[in-house]
Amino acid sequence: MSMEVTQLLINAQSIDGTVRKHAEESLKQFQEQNLAGFLLSLAGELANDEKPVDSRKLAGLVLKNALDAKEQHRKYELVQRWLALDMSTKSQIRAFLLKTLSSPVPDVRSTASQVIAKVAGIELPQKQWPELIVSLLSNIHQLPAHVKQATLETLGYLCEEVSPDVVEQEHVNKILTAVVQGMNAAEGNNDVRLAATRALYMALGFAQANFNNDMERDYIMRVVCEATLSPEVKIRQAAFECLVSIASTYYEKLAHYIQDIFNITAKAVREDDESVALQAIEFWSSICDEEIDILEEYGGEFAGDSDVPCFYFTKQALPGLVPLLLETLLKQEEDQDLDEGAWNIAMAGGTCLGLVAKAVGDDIVPHVMPFIEEKISKPDWREREAATYAFGSILEGPSADRLMAIVNAALTFMLNALTNDPSNHVKDTTAWTLGRIFEFLHGSTIETPIITQANCQQIITVLIQTMKDAPNVAEKACGALYFLAQGYEDIGPNSPLTPYFQEIIQSLLSVAHREDATESRLRTAAYEALNEVVRCSTDETSTMVLQLVPVIMLELHNTLEGEKLSMDEREKQNELQGLLCGCLQVIIQKLGSEPTKYMFMQSADQMMGLFLRVFGCRSATAHEEAMLAIGALAYAAGPDFAKYMPEFYKYLEMGLQNFEEYQVCAVTVGVVGDICRALEDKVLPYCDGIMTQLLKDLSSNQLHRSVKPPIFSCFGDIALAIGEDFEKYLRYSMPMLQSAAELSAHSSGADDEMTEYTNSLRNGILEAYSGIFQGFKNSPKTQLLIPFAPHILQFLDSIYMEKDMDEVVMKTAIGVLGDLADTLGSHVGGLIQQSVSSKEFLNECLSSDDHTIKEAAEWAKHAITRAISV
Amino acid sequence: MAPHEIRRPFKRRPISDQQKRRELSLLRQSQHRSDAQQRARNLASSVISLQSSSPDVDPEILFEAAVPELDEGTESESSSFDVRQASRLRGPEARKWFARQLMLPEWMIDVPDNLSRDWYVLARPAGKRCFVVSSDGTTVSRVRNGSILHHFPSALPGGARKKGASGPANSYSILDCIFHESDQTYYVIDMVCWRGYSLYECTAEFRFFWLQSKLAETGACDPPSFYHKFRFSAVPFYNCDQTGLHSAYTGSLPYVKDGLLFYNKHAHYHTGNTPLVLIWKDESCSQYVIDTDNNGEVPNQQHIVLELQEEGKLVTSDDPPVPFSCLNADFVKQSGLLSGSLIRFAIGDGGLNCVDGRFEKADLQYIGVSNRARAFADSYSKIMFQYMARHSPLKVEDLASTISHENQQDKTPEVEMSD
Repeated sequence: MSMEVTQLLINAQSIDGTVRKHAEESLKQFQEQNLAGFLLSLAGELANDEKPVDSRKLAGLVLKNALDAKEQHRKYELVQRWLALDMSTKSQIRAFLLKTLSSPVPDVRSTASQVIAKVAGIELPQKQWPELIVSLLSNIHQLPAHVKQATLETLGYLCEEVSPDVVEQEHVNKILTAVVQGMNAAEGNNDVRLAATRALYMALGFAQANFNNDMERDYIMRVVCEATLSPEVKIRQAAFECLVSIASTYYEKLAHYIQDIFNITAKAVREDDESVALQAIEFWSSICDEEIDILEEYGGEFAGDSDVPCFYFTKQALPGLVPLLLETLLKQEEDQDLDEGAWNIAMAGGTCLGLVAKAVGDDIVPHVMPFIEEKISKPDWREREAATYAFGSILEGPSADRLMAIVNAALTFMLNALTNDPSNHVKDTTAWTLGRIFEFLHGSTIETPIITQANCQQIITVLIQTMKDAPNVAEKACGALYFLAQGYEDIGPNSPLTPYFQEIIQSLLSVAHREDATESRLRTAAYEALNEVVRCSTDETSTMVLQLVPVIMLELHNTLEGEKLSMDEREKQNELQGLLCGCLQVIIQKLGSEPTKYMFMQSADQMMGLFLRVFGCRSATAHEEAMLAIGALAYAAGPDFAKYMPEFYKYLEMGLQNFEEYQVCAVTVGVVGDICRALEDKVLPYCDGIMTQLLKDLSSNQLHRSVKPPIFSCFGDIALAIGEDFEKYLRYSMPMLQSAAELSAHSSGADDEMTEYTNSLRNGILEAYSGIFQGFKNSPKTQLLIPFAPHILQFLDSIYMEKDMDEVVMKTAIGVLGDLADTLGSHVGGLIQQSVSSKEFLNECLSSDDHTIKEAAEWAKHAITRAISV
Repeated sequence: MAPHEIRRPFKRRPISDQQKRRELSLLRQSQHRSDAQQRARNLASSVISLQSSSPDVDPEILFEAAVPELDEGTESESSSFDVRQASRLRGPEARKWFARQLMLPEWMIDVPDNLSRDWYVLARPAGKRCFVVSSDGTTVSRVRNGSILHHFPSALPGGARKKGASGPANSYSILDCIFHESDQTYYVIDMVCWRGYSLYECTAEFRFFWLQSKLAETGACDPPSFYHKFRFSAVPFYNCDQTGLHSAYTGSLPYVKDGLLFYNKHAHYHTGNTPLVLIWKDESCSQYVIDTDNNGEVPNQQHIVLELQEEGKLVTSDDPPVPFSCLNADFVKQSGLLSGSLIRFAIGDGGLNCVDGRFEKADLQYIGVSNRARAFADSYSKIMFQYMARHSPLKVEDLASTISHENQQDKTPEVEMSD
């Protein structure tokens, strides 16, 4: 068997397709027929130093893939299968894996490290393989360097794979001790030191207790800082990665070290290899991220109350940090704006400068202005571009008052540069800077407008002209126009853009049609700007928006006519379809209400026809966009939407079945709601199919969990639309709601993300109950709901007691209490009076500051009073 | 363990427009879901208010009512609260509900006493009578059968989602209007609620005063704009003396007239038919004096619609209903007519016979079941007015002479006193 596996693994990497395919099939068959034997022989192959490296590496990889998968449901299956294996097989595999760590072949050791971590990820939470950590750490000092390196790497992967709460503090301490010792300058072997440094990066999340201890923290920080000075570039880079991670994980512990870290990072930015310098800049970007979050969350005035105070590291570092970052701006690469994947020190430095501005506000301005003034007109494009970039970077953060005079003075200069500067790079940055000016200093909240009657025409003319420039520059001009339009979002009846509206729309359409529009995301930027111009347009221009309808529809039509396209062309075609459907969606929302509704709806049949054809093409993005557009159309059409249902229904069903592209599924669920509200009881003939699909979705473990709460809400939409006809679905939906309610009643001990999900699930469940109760109201079948009342009241009580619901849930929950009383009346009067919800919870809501909660509570009180008074 | 990617977004928006569209859609959907739930919840309150808000008010009591204080009792609050919530109703419930919320004038078949002292007169604009409710950042107008005419932003209190709008968030208003097509204007003929304060239990005198002084303050009378889709305008009203009647009848107004409305100054806003508001028309102040048929033509014979009751009784829409005739039980059975159906008749050559100003009997010819859009039978006063219009109309001169007669009576004591 062993010989056979080796050959299969080698054949599976053959360049000959048939050989490869045959080998893959044999492996699969082996796995299906005898999982234990299969895994054991893979582990044996991996551990056997006499086997070829290639077959050993692949054996490890296949083994790893038999333990983990990206999709949640598949992963769960694999874990269950591993846990079900007999103990002797598992022990043998573990032994093979540990043995492989001593192999002289580096790649094989590394593969084994990853597999061990996967096994640990499954077993440690189950309290299995308890001796793993101890056996890894025993004798670590006596081990040969290559084994030590492999052991440290294993520890790193293990920390990445396992959650800190399943590892005892005693073991954590041992891991950290081994790792930090391995990083120490005293460690003579660079491979060991690098592995240890990378392992620390993974283990930082385990070091909470150690960072709370001054002595241990000082030690870790000293070792990390020393490692940034290692002669080996990879070690320096890994050490800076650790500092970046520490900046966000242990921000509040950094006060003692920040001066030293500044010196280290400054030296690295100025003198070190780019890979190291980038991490050094990233350290400051992370510090800024933290401080921006703290200041945003608590606002300046409440800073004293926050869990983590702001230490204003960025502000203190300004005099040194800003010049350091400005220097980096001059190190641009020639073609960085043309390369989508580019990331260099100038880009990182500029980005960091923008974050510094956000973190410190007005204080940055005097540190940057001299640089801008000195360089903005220099003959060298690098200096002009750096000055412009610096200017663009500081536009978000400082107050409008502080910036207004500077921006007003610079505007003409910028417009001029956009027209006349010979450098593509300078123009790109200038157009981007204009966009930033419009994004942050133009709009209804700004007292003195930047754009006036005097300069509006010039600005628009320059932008339109710039849209004919190179794709990267034109893309930025479209972006600037996007924010220019956005600033007039709530301008009122007369928009200053009205006189230019036609010209702007025409220019954006021309840009979208440029031959090179697929470069630099230009076409996308053009349609995005078009959408924003339409979204922010006023009634004055509604006729022009109406004229846009046939134009966009024709374009969409044209994309559907293409034949025999190459893969690449088809992909671009699908992307365009998505953009056009998105554009139509924006137009529908703009025109689908009075007074343009009537005129607009003349195009509805044709538009719907096009959307249906889009579903015929295989593209998730286009599907999603078409679906969103149809939802908007259903809302505009109201009951008239019924005529599209016979044809549309199958695509609706297809969308609900799309587990893999879950965004499509989610959007479709939302559209079902739109359709229910549009058609009301006319949706009934489609409900059997829709409900079947929704119930399947809920029971699937393949579907992304984020789609489940909206599905529950959708039950409510359906019940509200079809009223007592929902009766036949009660026996399927109620048990599902009940078990989901039980699961979501308690979220205790979970993280923020889990609490957020739990609340969205609760909200969905409650919206379902609400719709069902209101749907059955005044029906003789109301009594069918009485048996569910005790459970629902209990659910309300328990989420109230849990004290972790958000305001949305609070409003929905108190509403459900009212709906229950309203629909079931005196049948449940006694039950309601016994519930906590009808007393403490109701009172809490009645005195809420949130008027929507208060309104719902007043209504619930009214309904309860009636229910118990009868 | 490879180095970690740290690339950050560069010169691009962190959120794509597609993500923005997705988020806007979700926002729209959750808003609509919550609206739908609100509507469903309010169905209950509308049923309750149907019972409580149309009490049988004794006209005698109305005459004694004085202008109420601004902080008036809660009873009227609750009835108007229901109106606001009912504005979110949809479908048949909404129609049923709204159909009963407007104060409907009786047709003037004789001239009331004390016209010049107790009544206002105003020229009714031609157009659709509707209820305009502004609340929660939007304005909805509904025509008499309850269906929505417009859904729009307006400068009325709470009528648009606008930053810095004055007044509390839950402020709402209800106006009784006529929408005049040609100049796209809502002419306000009565004010029912203003800034959450109910005017149901206020006299017409107070309501009209409030209407004239408050409406303009809001900017609702300004020309249309982004947050104010239609212009509103208060209809001018006059004391019903000679000058007032003349102004209303002949005065030049920005709108096409459709008859004259007479409001008793002391009457509260009474939902449904009331004799304290009267409508009168003649050829010179209205294009529609005599009812037309479905084709817009005046039929040779007068058509009337009556409601069939138990035992074949045919009655008007008045409260209490006025019995007009009786259908043969066999005929009812044969034609499968159900109690409650609305039936159209023509008035034959025998006409309507009255004794002492009260209806006695009619020569009715069965035409068939009335079309479904209709919610009510004709009222007694309408049938009579239409009959008179075809035979011996009440003329403007009759109104004027009644007024001058009253004036002479009024002056008599003065003359005596000065003597």
